[in-house]
Amino acid sequence: MDDWLIALIKVVFIWVWVLLIAVIMTWVERRGASMIQDRLGPNRAGPFGLLQPLADGIKLFTKEDIVPDKAKKILFSLGPILFALPAFSAYAVVPFGDKIVLGGKEIILQVSDINVGFLYVVALGSMAVYGIIVGGWASNNKYSILGGLRSTAQLISYEVPLGLALLAITLIYGTFSLREIALAQQGTFLGVFPNWGIFKQPLGFILFIVTAYAEANRVPFDLPEAESEIVSGYHTEYGSMRLGLYLFGEYVNLCTLSALIVTFYFGAWHLPYINMAAFLGPISYGIASFLVFFLKVSFFLWLFVWVRWTVPRFRYDQVMGLGWKALIPLALINLFITALAIQLTI
Amino acid sequence: MLEDSCLSGHSTGDYVKINIGPSHPAMHGTLRVVAWTDGETVVKADPEIGYLHRGVEKLAEAMTYHQFIPITDRLNYCSAICNNVSYEMAVEKLMGIEAPEKAQLIRVIMMELARIADHQVCVGILGVDLGAFTPFFYLIIQREEIYEIFEWYNGARLTNTFGRIGGVEADLPDDFDQRWRELRPNLIKAIDETDKLLTHNRIWMDRTIGVTTFSAEDALNWGFTGPCLRACGVKRDMRKDEPYCMYDRFDFEVPTGKHGDVFDRYMVRMREMEESIKIIDQAYKMYKELPADAPLMAKVPKAIRPPAGEVYNAIETPNGELGFFVKSDGSDKPYRLKIRPPCYMIYQAFPEMVKGEMIADLVACLSSLNVIAGELDR
Repeated sequence: MDDWLIALIKVVFIWVWVLLIAVIMTWVERRGASMIQDRLGPNRAGPFGLLQPLADGIKLFTKEDIVPDKAKKILFSLGPILFALPAFSAYAVVPFGDKIVLGGKEIILQVSDINVGFLYVVALGSMAVYGIIVGGWASNNKYSILGGLRSTAQLISYEVPLGLALLAITLIYGTFSLREIALAQQGTFLGVFPNWGIFKQPLGFILFIVTAYAEANRVPFDLPEAESEIVSGYHTEYGSMRLGLYLFGEYVNLCTLSALIVTFYFGAWHLPYINMAAFLGPISYGIASFLVFFLKVSFFLWLFVWVRWTVPRFRYDQVMGLGWKALIPLALINLFITALAIQLTI
Repeated sequence: MLEDSCLSGHSTGDYVKINIGPSHPAMHGTLRVVAWTDGETVVKADPEIGYLHRGVEKLAEAMTYHQFIPITDRLNYCSAICNNVSYEMAVEKLMGIEAPEKAQLIRVIMMELARIADHQVCVGILGVDLGAFTPFFYLIIQREEIYEIFEWYNGARLTNTFGRIGGVEADLPDDFDQRWRELRPNLIKAIDETDKLLTHNRIWMDRTIGVTTFSAEDALNWGFTGPCLRACGVKRDMRKDEPYCMYDRFDFEVPTGKHGDVFDRYMVRMREMEESIKIIDQAYKMYKELPADAPLMAKVPKAIRPPAGEVYNAIETPNGELGFFVKSDGSDKPYRLKIRPPCYMIYQAFPEMVKGEMIADLVACLSSLNVIAGELDR
């Protein structure tokens, strides 16, 4: 098989896979919320209401596409696309498994192993803010603008601790490539701890997961779309599939962030204390590593749902205060200690 | 428009005018607040009322005394029973009669159930407005059970039309004992779970403590009553201070707060629910000691024609002091009827409370005041 064909298959596969997870997530969110809130949730469409996302999709597609009269037409259409695209694109560098041997050819389970994967991820994370600010601005609605502004301030503030937390990880593993970081997390150190990021960077992990919630606009950081304050925030004026893209992009975002948490801090496809490659065949190992990776991802996806239905929402100034007064100093301290420890041990 | 006092050297163009309501997810009913904001800070909030005005007081003048009872349901629809009783007691006072003991106990039991239901909605919605969705469901599921009891009693769930002038229309259903025994632990559990999810939650505390603080003096000057006044530290409860319906014979506490902020209002309501459960227990015990054939109605003529005169009667409803002023000219319809809703006084202080706070606090403050449009606009 040609290399480009393999690459194409990988692109299509991971694209469809992420799409599928995002679709299922909308169902998990609603059923999970019902479980937590002591009610039933959608259970009519298909078994356990599993076809509910499909019904929602059909509904959104067939709704009238309304563009407000005074909206900036082009920007208004561009907003949702700008929001959803970066979320998908970030998956290009996420290693979703180790490797699989098919027909004597070793295939790495990652769309593209670029050596600056870390920078790519951070850069694309910053791109999402354009979708929100453009959508909020183009809507010509005060609630939308407020939501867009809140979101912009929040995303920009929280990118700093996110980047700093990840920087400490790259210091430890000595590479910008996500695949190499993942590979380095096999085995144990000090005899007992798996070589995972969470054990080497406990503070960094907490910083990363908090900023991930802020980046994903999820409770307790869901101010950009706080419905009790500014109706729906930046997507107040959106309807039909444009709204669908925003909502969908959010779930793809969750999926990406969960995958990054797993890659950086939870040993990617590695199981603790067990080396799967040692006793599994080349094909089954590939599949097993893929499954292990997504099992971990699904745990973090569930965590997003769990937290959303448990805690209240921050206020705008509290979000900013937490970001600038707590997370950034902590991230700097974390980076400093990490650098110092590495300097002293080498 | 903004007055000069709010502008502080700025021009009007420096501020954004945001219209919150009357149709807005954060507005309970049809309230409208026009907020002038400087970024996220509220420079001035202008409440506009009257979207739910139905001319209730004028309607009363065209109705017989009994016909008006269903209209009182539509005041504070979260606890219609308290409105009914307040009105009935006003007319009874005018006629110089008193409901029999058994009727009074049934009224107490039902009113306290309504109080719990009202507080459940208020606390639940406060959570929803602050982004905590789940406690709302824990509380609302139990409120449904309370509504089941109401429905069992006279067929209505929300607009109960409870009681008649001079007593109550029916005895408690036979299986009230069993229903209350089933409901009681669930209620306590729901309150407890809400308490665990919210009270000591760091985010919840940050969002509520010190937000829209109000001093006891200001609260009294503005005419606050009910939980909002008690949250400011004033121990004023009509049930204790001017007992009616045998409230002086029950043993219960009047919870108070200290700072009059959103957190204190929340805590006062949470603890009042527990006190209400205590009152229901005692009232039901006293009810059971009465003979089964004790009268439910005082001697009241079929057509109610109170002697000419006027009367004001107020009771402690979940939101505060709900008063009815009734003036009779001796005919079968009130000559004039005036309602003193607790929300009206409390809502007047709203612009004062939220000035300089953030938009999110405005919403939190409104929820914690529990302004009900039906009662506010009448």
